[in-house]
Amino acid sequence: MATAYDIATQQAEPEQGGLAPVVAVENVYKSFAGHKVLNGISLRVKQGETLAVLGRSGTGKSVLLRLIIGLDTPDSGSVCIHGQYIAGLALDRMGEIRKKMGFLFQQAALYDSLTVRENVAFPLEHHRRDLSKSERSERVRQLLAEVGMDGDLEKMPSDISGGMQKRVGLARALALEPEILLLDEPTAGLDPISSGEIDELILKLQRERQMASIVVTHDLHSAKTIAGRLALLNEGDVVIEGTFEDLQQSDIGFVKEFLQQS
Amino acid sequence: MSDRGFTAVAEINPPLPVRRTDLVSSVTSSAASLFNGFFEWFGELGIFSWRVLTAAVTPPYEWRELIRQLDEVGSKSLPLVAMAGAAIGVIISLEARYSLTRFGAKSMFPATLVYSVIQVMGPVITGLVVSGRVGAGMGAELASMKVTEQIDAIEASAINPYRLLAATRILACILMLPLLTLATDACALLTGWFAQALVEPLSFHQFISSGFNGATFNAFLPQTFKTAVYGLIIGLIACFQGMRTRGGAAGVGRAATNSVVLASLFLILADVVLVKFILVFFT
Repeated sequence: MATAYDIATQQAEPEQGGLAPVVAVENVYKSFAGHKVLNGISLRVKQGETLAVLGRSGTGKSVLLRLIIGLDTPDSGSVCIHGQYIAGLALDRMGEIRKKMGFLFQQAALYDSLTVRENVAFPLEHHRRDLSKSERSERVRQLLAEVGMDGDLEKMPSDISGGMQKRVGLARALALEPEILLLDEPTAGLDPISSGEIDELILKLQRERQMASIVVTHDLHSAKTIAGRLALLNEGDVVIEGTFEDLQQSDIGFVKEFLQQS
Repeated sequence: MSDRGFTAVAEINPPLPVRRTDLVSSVTSSAASLFNGFFEWFGELGIFSWRVLTAAVTPPYEWRELIRQLDEVGSKSLPLVAMAGAAIGVIISLEARYSLTRFGAKSMFPATLVYSVIQVMGPVITGLVVSGRVGAGMGAELASMKVTEQIDAIEASAINPYRLLAATRILACILMLPLLTLATDACALLTGWFAQALVEPLSFHQFISSGFNGATFNAFLPQTFKTAVYGLIIGLIACFQGMRTRGGAAGVGRAATNSVVLASLFLILADVVLVKFILVFFT
């Protein structure tokens, strides 16, 4: 009988023909206090690919991202990152996998007692001790310049707007040069101009870095702009997965309704 | 509405009789829920403690955060415990002088003050003051970080929050409580002597040599260093309550209150055990 350690350290079989997915979610179920949020969902994302996960509020989109980065654990099913099952991994072992992942939280989740500069420097100070202080400072400046925030280095998160906080959160997510980028509602609560700027920024980063990205959003326009593939969720499972054109041509009632309302 | 009106309403809608079985099942269910909650809390505290312990003893060590917390718990609590100690010294001095004079044992004043302060009041007052200041602060800070997903962000950045946030705070409490207790004791003895010296001449040297006459290290050191256990209780409860918070601003408030209340309660309960332990092994 396989032990929890065996299962945790077991490597997933690479897919026949083509690249193995860097993120593979297989038949995942998740409930909170008896309320079923994810109902056997399966998704795969390959290197350099961007998947937008769409759906109404409360359909488990953010929970899916939390499961992928290991902040929550599935009730059943598996999450596999770079061929490694993450269930049951110790926090420090999981940390090694998380170093390859960047996460932008819905509310940015900046450390409110640190400045913009210190927020972005935080992961570098913990994981890139091989770099000198000046090299780390230069890297922070570059990251903030990349997201257009290099003029606000010493501001506190409470002194900048929601859109600016998202940019700083994105810079922090990119600090360790992740191979997988998870974005939770990157344009939620932003005005159309700021949303467009964030979309442009994500597109630019994807072109330059070729990361595997999963973007959770309920903004169809944003999803269409930044993602090559879209997955529409309803009642905890994927209703349809494909390009925007595939969604447009679908006969499924929920898909038609979602596109009409968006 | 008149009395007559109430009577009329009561006649139209007579109160439903409370069935005995409903009452019993409701009480049973509440008791079961309380019982479950009690064991669930201790179970979660056990898991939390294990995670903190394993994080604390494995590298990388968070030295910079530890130093920041030593300053936060130690230096910033110093004025408060010093003032509390000074007040306690005067109170004990006034009370002891009155009681000892009544029983014709005025010469015992220095020893009474020294033993009361160092063995009983100093450690407990320091523990309760630090529990109030540091426990509430840590509980609220971590709870606020939890509800705004900052702790999740730390974890998502591949940093162990049990090591960075909890282990450093708990260790700082353990290391600082004995030192703060020494400060409380010193202030209490100083003001206690001063209050006595205002009434009748007594040199500080005479007060100290008479107070500590015949005392051994065993009489004082265990009582002072037992506050390291208070530090463990304060740090552990505050971090645990803060890091398990749910429910926005109300949750933050609850975490801060629970941190102080539970830490103070466990601190006093632990003192019962510690006093007995010290009496058995150190006297």
